[in-house]
Amino acid sequence: MGIQIEHPGLLTTLQDLGRTGLQHLGVPVNGAMDETSHRMANLLVGNAEDEATLEITLSGPRLHFQEDAVIAVCGANMAPMIDGEPLPMWRPVRVRAGVRVLFGRPQIGCRAYLAVAAGFDVPAVMGSRSTAVRGAYGGFNGRALRKGDVLPLRSPEEAHTARWVGLLAHKQNRFAFPNWSVSRHKMPYRVTPQPLRILPGRHWQNFPVAMREQLVAAEYRVGNDSDRMGYRLSGPALDARRSHDVLSEGMVTGAVQVPPGGQPIILMADHQTTGGYPVIAVVIGVDLPVVAQLAPGETLRFKLATQEESYAAAIAREQQLELVRQALAVRLR
Amino acid sequence: MAEAAPNTPQLYAMGDRALVAEFGRSLNAGVNARVRAAAEHLLAHRLPGMTDVAPAFAALTVHFDPLQVAAHYRTTDPVEAMRTALQHALTKAPDLPKRKSRSIEIPVCYGGEFGEDLRLVAQHSGLSEEAVIEAHAAPDYHVYTLGFLPGFAYLGGLDRRLVTPRLESPRKRVPAGSVGIGGDQTGVYPFETPGGWNLIGRTPITLFQFDEQAHAVIEPGDRVRFVAIGARDFQLLRDKR
Repeated sequence: MGIQIEHPGLLTTLQDLGRTGLQHLGVPVNGAMDETSHRMANLLVGNAEDEATLEITLSGPRLHFQEDAVIAVCGANMAPMIDGEPLPMWRPVRVRAGVRVLFGRPQIGCRAYLAVAAGFDVPAVMGSRSTAVRGAYGGFNGRALRKGDVLPLRSPEEAHTARWVGLLAHKQNRFAFPNWSVSRHKMPYRVTPQPLRILPGRHWQNFPVAMREQLVAAEYRVGNDSDRMGYRLSGPALDARRSHDVLSEGMVTGAVQVPPGGQPIILMADHQTTGGYPVIAVVIGVDLPVVAQLAPGETLRFKLATQEESYAAAIAREQQLELVRQALAVRLR
Repeated sequence: MAEAAPNTPQLYAMGDRALVAEFGRSLNAGVNARVRAAAEHLLAHRLPGMTDVAPAFAALTVHFDPLQVAAHYRTTDPVEAMRTALQHALTKAPDLPKRKSRSIEIPVCYGGEFGEDLRLVAQHSGLSEEAVIEAHAAPDYHVYTLGFLPGFAYLGGLDRRLVTPRLESPRKRVPAGSVGIGGDQTGVYPFETPGGWNLIGRTPITLFQFDEQAHAVIEPGDRVRFVAIGARDFQLLRDKR
């Protein structure tokens, strides 16, 4: 019993908020690429924010629910359908055993997140349910989902279910949802293109002024070989000659590395713990979901920010999540 | 041997969620020991909001949750608060790690199906396959740091004659336990992964365990020696694990 995978999609993995605390042993963090959508999806079904969700990439899966569940889909709009009808996003949806949920290709964004009330019943590995594809541990059997897999679900407590069922109209239908949703303009993907905010990196000073100016003036294209490890950008090459000889050191998600070829790479959730290329800049934490929602072929620009702006943006995001939390608490009373 | 008191490390912000403490700019056992000692100290005396400590060759990266740090220090500048806290903590860190470095023997079955590129490395070095094995199993390698994969040890001390460029196109699948040479580095892949190193052998032992607690067989500061074994011993050791 659980969710049967009738079609796996391009890359569908379980992810949570990551495997922290073990980088000194070389253990990468992994975790949801778009943390905001992941947390929101969990909030909407009453889960803790670090519960694992399904991260669905670029081309969606077909899921067959073998038991009743409350789900929420946030992130990229991949035109999800439930038994042939549009599945509304950004809100809880009660689904009955037997329904099929189908994802298409993204209309906006790159990654969708599906949360299930009470969570997926897979063991935590080193404190996390995130899938580490490289290394093959965590998540569901340490790998992306395949056709025929059955993802086991934890059973929600009865009191929990009752609250949600009371919230949702038309209990007899195959699926039901409330007429409200989380406000869409608060979501991480860019309705209007905004530059990614960066802070000077560890080797910012090693790059000539002209190169730093170029980084914020130029437009970069997201390469087709971009993945959960890193976003490979193409655009005007950055000359890193003077800073080639750096020793490998601990890297951070969002680091903009400049390899000898001069085409920058933004390190993402699956990046290895250490790296040896100079870091010209670092994308601020709150903008990482924006990167995660950029699909190969899309373009981006960088904009220099300050620590103050970064902190203010982090606080603003927490306030938005808190508003959702409070609104849900009122509706569930 | 008296040495001048080492300077306090330079701290650099790595964006809004990490700081790098740079103890030196070159590969050097003394600097690496200070990095390891500082990491050990921070892991034993955790700073508020700190999420991860990543010691490398000559620098230590400290990861933190800016919101937790800001809440703890009641500030709107978590990076600065963390910088102050880290600076203070590092003055208390010893220069040498408390953990005793161990000597670890890693049994390796060289060549054949276990190390498909042994011939390539032999050709490149102009040595016989036997001489490559002998040169690879001779040194005590120094473990500088772990990275790339859980429990993957960066080893210093490869015989210069064995330096071999990485494969032009990486393999899609390198079996767990594979021993490889990539440029002037050698190491053991703890997990199956794609990889571009020349594979010269394989060890039957498990390098990283996470049944209850995460445990790396090789840790920074250790000395590693490879011991050549035959295919039969490989099977015996593998069955035992």
